[in-house]
Amino acid sequence: MSSILTYIAIADGKVKRSSLEVLSHSKKLADAAGYTTEAVIIDPNASSYIDEVQKYGASKIYTVEGSLFSEHRNTPLLSALAKVMESANPAITAFASTEGTKDILGALAANQSASVVADVSSFDLIGGGIKATRPVMAAKILANVEAKGEKILVSVRSGSYDLNESPATAEVVSVDAGVSEGDLKAKLREIISATGDTIDLNEAESIVAAGRGVKDDEGKALISELAGVLNAGIGASRALTESGMYDPSLQIGQTGKVVSPQLYIAVGISGAIQHVAGMANSKVIVAINKDPDAPIFEVADYGIVGDLYKVLPPFIEELKKIKT
Amino acid sequence: MKFYVCIKMVPDVTAPLQIKEGELIMDADRVVLNAYDASAVEEALVLTEKHGGEVEVVCIGPAKASETIRKALAMGADKGTHIQATGDEGYDSSSYASILSAFFRDKEYDVLALGKQSQDTDSGLTGSMVAEKLDLPYATNAVGLEVEDGKLIVKRQGDTGQEMIELPTPCVVTCSNDMNEPRIPNLKGIMASKRKPIDGIEISSLGLSEEELNAATKTISYAPKPARKAGQKFEGEADEIARKVAQLLDTEANVL
Repeated sequence: MSSILTYIAIADGKVKRSSLEVLSHSKKLADAAGYTTEAVIIDPNASSYIDEVQKYGASKIYTVEGSLFSEHRNTPLLSALAKVMESANPAITAFASTEGTKDILGALAANQSASVVADVSSFDLIGGGIKATRPVMAAKILANVEAKGEKILVSVRSGSYDLNESPATAEVVSVDAGVSEGDLKAKLREIISATGDTIDLNEAESIVAAGRGVKDDEGKALISELAGVLNAGIGASRALTESGMYDPSLQIGQTGKVVSPQLYIAVGISGAIQHVAGMANSKVIVAINKDPDAPIFEVADYGIVGDLYKVLPPFIEELKKIKT
Repeated sequence: MKFYVCIKMVPDVTAPLQIKEGELIMDADRVVLNAYDASAVEEALVLTEKHGGEVEVVCIGPAKASETIRKALAMGADKGTHIQATGDEGYDSSSYASILSAFFRDKEYDVLALGKQSQDTDSGLTGSMVAEKLDLPYATNAVGLEVEDGKLIVKRQGDTGQEMIELPTPCVVTCSNDMNEPRIPNLKGIMASKRKPIDGIEISSLGLSEEELNAATKTISYAPKPARKAGQKFEGEADEIARKVAQLLDTEANVL
């Protein structure tokens, strides 16, 4: 019987919600088509995540363990996924679109002679393959694409689907990645991590994003306070990651992270198309900008025309009142 | 070090566009060198200026793509190869990767650099496909490059931090536009580019099978993005409108 296999990404000891969103959708498609729902976890402690993953309906879970998977490295991940695909022989292999996935998706497709569609906002099964929609041209329009073939890979933007629990008891199959440190040509020297204790933007329900209007420590403090009240992730426009005011991993836009939280608050961001491409799919967008003609207002559900240094203090105070 | 940089001519995403009966209509003259590829060219030039070596660019595209190649030559690349396509073949990332890897199979080089994605389609697949087809070590989404003892040191932007990766040569790297500001060619560069060689190559000369060239993915149609419901814009006294919107987020948008 054919199957849909979903890759479950683990970060900082947690299953990435975006992977469970994809698994929830895969389960729905698989049930309708009479396919089985399967998942693969690749992590030094892969088996410790089985309970959580089977809650979302996977009836078979492949685990690949080993110390090589403690950090992201493309060669071992690629090798592990190839081994699991050969063993599971899925019709569709689905991924949440993360930097980790983007690093290996093309190579895996070439390795497995699979058809591949990256970064879709939705996908469904059709005869002989899938159809999907993907935002293109800086997310100004949608392309309807089809991929055909015996093996298909698809990666899905975070926030495209809701979580949907559907408890199952999974058969667990352990697979050997067949790769060891000595096989690796690329060497990972170190990871410079500046975001250890912040909220992952791809997972955040709310995001507060700072732009050029945020000029100094006082502005940064207001952004942090607002994010704290909302339990929101903090993002930034390219201008502020380039100037060094915020860490590069916080950049939102076509080049940085593509996010779609429930609530996105753009503070002092003008709304260049490259930025909008990274956040336009957010459910509710609030923009605070002193230029009434800033393009960000064209995508905002709620626009506040004003100086962020004057707007944020009462805004934060009012939100605190509502929250308590 | 010898760099090959793969470059692409892409539509200017800031140009006006419209959709008629599912077809995308754009001004065919509004095309540019893909911004991510421009960063790859820039970084190759900076590294060869510092450590010695040469930079060649390779472009698959229609006749007009020779202008894109000239742009890279005017920036300072030494030589170009134009792999001629009509632009109507319906090639997908996999077709491009097949063509590029066939071209590189008998070439000598240290680093193959590409943009991390095309700014029109944002797929980001071709680079790692080429690496896999040529069985080379690779890194994607580079935000910084250095050369050290004949090795390429890549600073890669990962999900939560920056990974420092050491690649032996030959290798493949895909570049973000966050690593540099590509130089604007000056008059001298533009004049010099006219004397630099561009080789033309037919795809049929690369010995690829139909199966390798045929796209397994197809764009069926384009559609406008579902319009967002018209937003509300508040102007006036900061204290008042700030509190008003905070309340609406609670009572109307229901996101608190």
